[in-house]
Amino acid sequence: MAFPRPRPGPAELPRRRVRSLACGQGAVRAARFNVDGNYCLTCGSDKSLKLWNPHKGTLLRAYHGHGYEVLDAAGSFDNSQLCSGSADKTVALWDVASGQVVRKFRGHAGKVSCVQFNEEATVIVSGSIDSTVRCWDCRSRRPEPVQVLDEAKDGVASVSVSAHELLSGSVDGRVRRYDLRAGQLYSDYVGSPVTCVCFTKDGQCVLAASLDSTLRLLDKDTGELLGEYTGHRSATYKLDCVLSERDTHVGSASEDGKVYFWDLVEGSLALSLAVGRGAVQSLAFHPTLPCLLAAADGHLQLWREEAFEEEEQGGDGGGHAPP
Amino acid sequence: MAAESSDSEEEDLVSYGSALPALQEGERIKKPVPLQEQTVKDAKGRYQRFHGAFTGGFSAGYFNTVGTKEGWTPSSFISSRQKRADKTVLGPEDFMDEEDLSEFGIAPKDITTTDDFASKAKDRIKEKARQIAGVVAAIPGTTAFDDLIGPSKITIGVELLRKMGWKEGQGIGPRIKRKPRRQKPDPQVKVYGCALPPGLSEGSEDEEDEYQPENVTFAPKDVMPVDLTPKENVHGLGYKGLDPTQALFGVPGREHLNLFTGGSEKTSDLLGDLRHNKGRKLGITGQAFGVGALEEEDDDIYATETLSKYDTVLKDEEPGDGLYGWTAPKQYKSKKRFETEVKYIGKILDGFFLASKSSAPSKTYPPPDLPRDYRPVHYFRPVIAAGNENYHLRKTLEESTGKLENDTTQQSRHTLNASQRRERLGETVLKGPAPSVLEYLSEKDRERLKEVKKTSEQQMKAKMLPQQSQNSRFQPAPANEALQKWQMFLGGQLANAGSSDFKPFARYPEKQKRYESFVQSLKQGQKVDTLEHYLDPSMTEWERGREQEEFFRAAMFYRSSNSTLSSRFTRAKYEDDVDKVEVPRDQENDIDDKESAVKMKMFGKLTRDKFEWHPEKLLCKRFNVPDPYPDSSIVGLPKVKRDKYSVFNFLALPEPTTSVAQATNERIQQNNLNKPKKPSRWDVSDKEKEKKDSISEFISLARSKADVQQQPPVPTTEECRTETNETLPSETANEDKDQEEESRPPMDLFKAIFVSSSDEKSSSSEEESDEEQEPTVSVINSETTKQVDLPDSSSSNVQENVAAATEPGLPLPPASKEELDMAEEFGPRLPPAFSSGPIQQQGPVVPASFPGPSRKEKHKKNREKHRTKRDHKHKKEKKKKQKKHKNKGKHRNKKSEKDSSSDTEDSSDSLSDIDTTGLSPKELLRRLKQLQH
Repeated sequence: MAFPRPRPGPAELPRRRVRSLACGQGAVRAARFNVDGNYCLTCGSDKSLKLWNPHKGTLLRAYHGHGYEVLDAAGSFDNSQLCSGSADKTVALWDVASGQVVRKFRGHAGKVSCVQFNEEATVIVSGSIDSTVRCWDCRSRRPEPVQVLDEAKDGVASVSVSAHELLSGSVDGRVRRYDLRAGQLYSDYVGSPVTCVCFTKDGQCVLAASLDSTLRLLDKDTGELLGEYTGHRSATYKLDCVLSERDTHVGSASEDGKVYFWDLVEGSLALSLAVGRGAVQSLAFHPTLPCLLAAADGHLQLWREEAFEEEEQGGDGGGHAPP
Repeated sequence: MAAESSDSEEEDLVSYGSALPALQEGERIKKPVPLQEQTVKDAKGRYQRFHGAFTGGFSAGYFNTVGTKEGWTPSSFISSRQKRADKTVLGPEDFMDEEDLSEFGIAPKDITTTDDFASKAKDRIKEKARQIAGVVAAIPGTTAFDDLIGPSKITIGVELLRKMGWKEGQGIGPRIKRKPRRQKPDPQVKVYGCALPPGLSEGSEDEEDEYQPENVTFAPKDVMPVDLTPKENVHGLGYKGLDPTQALFGVPGREHLNLFTGGSEKTSDLLGDLRHNKGRKLGITGQAFGVGALEEEDDDIYATETLSKYDTVLKDEEPGDGLYGWTAPKQYKSKKRFETEVKYIGKILDGFFLASKSSAPSKTYPPPDLPRDYRPVHYFRPVIAAGNENYHLRKTLEESTGKLENDTTQQSRHTLNASQRRERLGETVLKGPAPSVLEYLSEKDRERLKEVKKTSEQQMKAKMLPQQSQNSRFQPAPANEALQKWQMFLGGQLANAGSSDFKPFARYPEKQKRYESFVQSLKQGQKVDTLEHYLDPSMTEWERGREQEEFFRAAMFYRSSNSTLSSRFTRAKYEDDVDKVEVPRDQENDIDDKESAVKMKMFGKLTRDKFEWHPEKLLCKRFNVPDPYPDSSIVGLPKVKRDKYSVFNFLALPEPTTSVAQATNERIQQNNLNKPKKPSRWDVSDKEKEKKDSISEFISLARSKADVQQQPPVPTTEECRTETNETLPSETANEDKDQEEESRPPMDLFKAIFVSSSDEKSSSSEEESDEEQEPTVSVINSETTKQVDLPDSSSSNVQENVAAATEPGLPLPPASKEELDMAEEFGPRLPPAFSSGPIQQQGPVVPASFPGPSRKEKHKKNREKHRTKRDHKHKKEKKKKQKKHKNKGKHRNKKSEKDSSSDTEDSSDSLSDIDTTGLSPKELLRRLKQLQH
């Protein structure tokens, strides 16, 4: 006998800083949750990649092998592999358990600014400032990319992958969506260099952050503007934007050290969190919980909703938040 | 206690399966056995076979040898005299392999009930004997218990029937009288439809009994019940698998081993019948068995299976053992039966009978013979679909190249010259010059004529020469004088030219050949007259003259390039298409329209470009997506070949959808569409709608604005910009910003090119002032931009930016610092590692072990780089400034090179740069000093 599921309560936003960890990696270039949100990866400017349990605050493993700072990383669906892109122009595929580089893909002519796995972790999609997106095959041993998407006229700042689509945001101010199923390329002009793109959870919309301090929510099929979110400051740096776990809110890092959240539908500013002093380096939102990962000032911070209670304070390896 | 604790620890863990054995130190992990080596072996270590000799396999004794380890040993001779009595009879299983006798073989040895336990109604005599024995025995009546114990094979139904007087072989039902004699069918009876074959329409009584007494009743005939089991398999109708009991005639095993228990008594009886008819004892006959070595009887070795064994007569019903078809029991064959030849062997299904008339053989048509060079794969040529939008493209292409790639062959027909056409048509070359009148003249006359001609021509040329432009290509029949001149001009250089790598007419091999011989003769210093001899005699004089000049020019060109370059280059192995270049077929069209659309927030059709895009097949496979273009070999955007130097490569093709007029149309449509929708926050306000009613008006307005902004009075724009940034709603702010983005690049470009020292100066000074923390910036900003209430954000903005790049107190390894410098090349920069907030706390963070020397080195470099006046003045300033110079300088270069990261930050920088250009160095210095206090 199944009871009807309780109606989901109002969407909560992370409001309370639960933990702050000193990563010890120099600048944290990217903080990314794994597929289920139990672990996270931080990419450091000291060429290392670290795997954390942010909920317990423990460092699990550090991965060394890149030649320059690591700019982005992603975990595979089965948590067995990692991929990372670095300023040394390579994309690396790591074995999580052994910490070894399984493969290194060379071919980008510039820094690799973003990487993503596809759903089955058979392809790594990487975007670089050489204005190409390259799709690397993890299955075969071939060193060349499966396909090079060189339509962008300027560096590719962000890529996102859905079941059958590749989304790339480029500094030439365009959001390109490659639909593999339909064999079409949709290019939406945003007007300002795009720093971050992501799909909504339902896969119907595209969120694009650009350097005119604006986040735009575009309809995937028509390219129409569904929402616009302003108030933060993003004019210089490559900053991340996120969607909350239920697509209720839109979040963005800002150069004034805050993280802003807007209501997705109304477009009104819902929350701003003071994360750090400088620009917030990277953001990641938990896939299922109101839980935010923010990287600023070399620290990794975990933010939870107000009602969240921590079970135990064991193994908090990191220092505390900077004032 | 310890154990307990460990137990409790273990309780927490849940383990599945058994643990792998721990590896020894240095032991290698065993390789998994590859699939081809995963074989099944029997007890002796041989490869296990699953088929014995009787079921398709072959198993020969000891490791595929015969018999034993020693090989085949013949059985020792046994005198038949002594052993005659107990001559053993060999059954099939004596020749079987283990595999045949195993579980899956043809004769599985399973446990079966022996006669003792089979049935009580088995052997009457034996039973009797046993009963007698029971009576006689010491303990009387014990055998009675045996009967009790013995399992019954006969079902209770059969038992009951028997008790009611039924006998095996009879039908069930009341006894009936036989019908009187069967009457002959009435010849007058008309039959409609398909008449049944005679003999089938009637019942199947035995016609043998002539006499049937009236008072005798008979048991009804045993009728096979109609089998109504549905067909569940996919075999053909009436198919029956090989039944070993029947295949082997069910004969042999009786005495030997209870092998074929399935065979019913009846069957064996019938077969026994057959056997006896043949006069054989115990038949292991047939091809499958052959004749054993110890077998005497070898009368019928081969092919005992003959057609005669099968029934050839169609009968209606037979007492049901279901055996007709396989082995026709002879007793069922009726002699009187009207015989129809059955041409096929097998059982005729219930309800079917053989057709009396054979159907007409269906005509078959053989497939057509394939041509010898036929290939069963069709390759699709990439075709540009003649769609609506492609029409324009096609047209422009045709205009630009004169032809599309597809139909070059068709069109080039017109470009062929006579000789090429001749070649294609396969005509023979005309011997010698075209038959002219000169041919028929004598030598002397010809000479004379030539001389006359020459003189007259010379006179003509002398007149015409001043009128004619020297270098017109289509100069008909160049004068000999000119040729002479050419020759003079070329002669010297050609003499020392190397081998002729230069092939100006490589496309026309014939022409090239002519050219080569021409040049050859030219080198040898032959006269013009003889030179003419190398030209194509079939051409007209005009053509010849033209070609000659062409050759001369080519030779001259060859001379000029040859000497210097020929040693450095080799000829290409593969000819590439020189004139053509691959260009994406569709291009993202002009940004201007989009820009304005973005400004008006009219995202959608106006800002969207849609292209056909071909994903790689492997990528589709990896994404588990069907290939959208399975037939195409293109990857990525489809490309077309165009003229390398065509203007169209550099122009975005104006597609009809993006023209302004169209845009307005669409916009109107969109507005119409928008109306019924419920108003959203993002809908443009009415006022603005009014303003934007005509897009052209707007664009012109925007352009004029941009023009204004490009004018020197920048501070005003800056002011308005920041103001709007802070105060106005975001929409207008965006518009302005975008406007600025549009207008700024040329500004930067101009600066980068033209403004040299003064700008450098000012920028450096500006940076230095920047580097002093917030007060500096704010002062400068307020002064330069004439902005009274400077928003806190913008000031810290600038300052942060600078601090980000140059913060001295970064606990970063030097490598990453360099990277930071590197990072500022393209696009949005990476956020600074550690930012300096408004509160300066970075000072104490500086680690003591900060790498000093490397920094100094860097500064040296920087110093070398920036030899500006300002630098001289500020040498004694803090070192970090110079580093900043470097960054800034680089940054600016980048901006001028490719400005895509147009952002307010940069713009504010650049604007302030511009502002400071007006200030004299002294003034700046004064300000700096002020600030330092």
